[in-house]
Amino acid sequence: MIRKEEIEHIGWLARLKLSEEEKELFEQQLSSILDYFAVLDELDTTDVKPTYHVIGITDVVRKDEPKEALEQSEVLRNAPKKEKGYIKSPRIL
Amino acid sequence: MDVKIGLECHAQLLTKSKLFCPCSTDYHNAEPNTHVCATCLGLPGALPAVNRRALRYGIKIALALGCTVQPETIFYRKNYYYPDLPRGFQITQYDFPIAFSGLVRIESDGDDGGKEREIRITRVHMEEDPGRLVYKGTIDTATYALVDYNRSGMPLVEIVTEPDLKSPKEARIFLGKLRSILEYLDVFDGNLEGAMRVDANISIEGGERAEVKNISSFKGVEKALYFEITRQRNLLRRGLTVQQETRHYDEVRGITLSMRTKEFEHDYRYFPEPDLVPIRIAKYIEEVRREIPELPDEKKLRFIKRYSITREHANSLTFDIHTADFYEDVASKRDPKLSATWIADVLKGELNYRSISMREASTRISPDDFVTILTYLKTGVITDRGATEIIREMLDHGGKPEEIMEKKGLGSIGSEAIETAIEAVIKENESAVQDYHAGKKEALNFLVGQVMKHTRGRAEPKEVRTMLKEKMER
Repeated sequence: MIRKEEIEHIGWLARLKLSEEEKELFEQQLSSILDYFAVLDELDTTDVKPTYHVIGITDVVRKDEPKEALEQSEVLRNAPKKEKGYIKSPRIL
Repeated sequence: MDVKIGLECHAQLLTKSKLFCPCSTDYHNAEPNTHVCATCLGLPGALPAVNRRALRYGIKIALALGCTVQPETIFYRKNYYYPDLPRGFQITQYDFPIAFSGLVRIESDGDDGGKEREIRITRVHMEEDPGRLVYKGTIDTATYALVDYNRSGMPLVEIVTEPDLKSPKEARIFLGKLRSILEYLDVFDGNLEGAMRVDANISIEGGERAEVKNISSFKGVEKALYFEITRQRNLLRRGLTVQQETRHYDEVRGITLSMRTKEFEHDYRYFPEPDLVPIRIAKYIEEVRREIPELPDEKKLRFIKRYSITREHANSLTFDIHTADFYEDVASKRDPKLSATWIADVLKGELNYRSISMREASTRISPDDFVTILTYLKTGVITDRGATEIIREMLDHGGKPEEIMEKKGLGSIGSEAIETAIEAVIKENESAVQDYHAGKKEALNFLVGQVMKHTRGRAEPKEVRTMLKEKMER
């Protein structure tokens, strides 16, 4: 079971404002996910190497070659607030 | 009370493109948000791809710091929300960084003289730089922040030390040494704004450690640490406890402020970056190792042995690779000891006074120009003063040594002209001459000064002194 305070903390980490109903809903949903992990935990994995990546390829790298960037106007198109080419954001301490 | 300091140093690498996307890294002095693409803006669906050169530079640094490079490396996501991080996570490394356990030797000039100290390196890993936040006023008085993502995705290497540093001064010396090594490797330029940023962990015996973030200049490190030590000492002196916390360094005011953060290590929820695959870096090691040039410590020893110069001069000349190369070029053509004095003492002094780097200066004075100046000096064509004058003129206004000598009339004058000047001075200063004969030693100094004035510094003071004495005693 997951506690309500944990739901609130996870919500805060994601900077989401959760209503009381949502907190209750996520409490149930996240709890059932965690319960399923408890089932998975029953499997004996002592001799299994940890998986860091699910597709079996390695060593994908690219050459150090610069390419054209986006136009500033394109970059700012999605920004709700802007000033002198910058994106405006709330001050966060 | 013992002070323990550990540093996390972030250095921007001199690649042409960013770490995970092909945006140009040449954004210094550019308009905001002009060097960005879907990937470094964190737009949905954009995929990162690792820059091979950045990886090789990271390995080069790790090897130069004596680290053990790992066979395979993996990137992770570090999750946190901040406006400078457009994806909501930073791609960094966690338990499979590129390298572990190295060592940097520093010469700590503490109260007990130049003592060699070993600073252990915990690990070296790669990560992307976040964007840059600009505040109107200071971080706690501004009402909003302006975000520029040009820096977002810049390749950084993070070098973490063990808490082996014992004072703010040692921390500064360490950073100087680190900068020197990185510049020797030609992977870093410390003159670029924000090229090196440091977080410092600091504790005093009997207290918890505090982490000071946002130190963005070499000078800032010493200042931030002094402030933090004083703050912690005052707390302990009053019987209070130092809390484990993250503090922000305010460069303008020179103080550290509590960040009142609610996030802890486990809140970052690190997990392997699913968009990037593991990279077997073992195959790069031998090739990269061959690219490592002679490093400052080896160069210093070689200079002392080969050119018979003092340890102080060798230290001063090898700190910066451009100065070392300049010296070697000059020393191979002219008296190495004289070259050492004139580069380490005179030229470097003039550069410091003007706040210009050796790299910049060498576009105004070439090693061959310097050889010319030293040749004039050695053959008595100019005096010490004349040589200094030529160096200053070249740094400030350009030109060639011979032109400047001609134009400013800096050439030494012959013995005949000196004799004429001496005769004139003796005539004009009868009382001083009498004082000299009465046994007053200062009178001679005065007369030498007068002759120098007459010749506008173009005579060698030693020669003037001998000739004056002879003349008066005849």
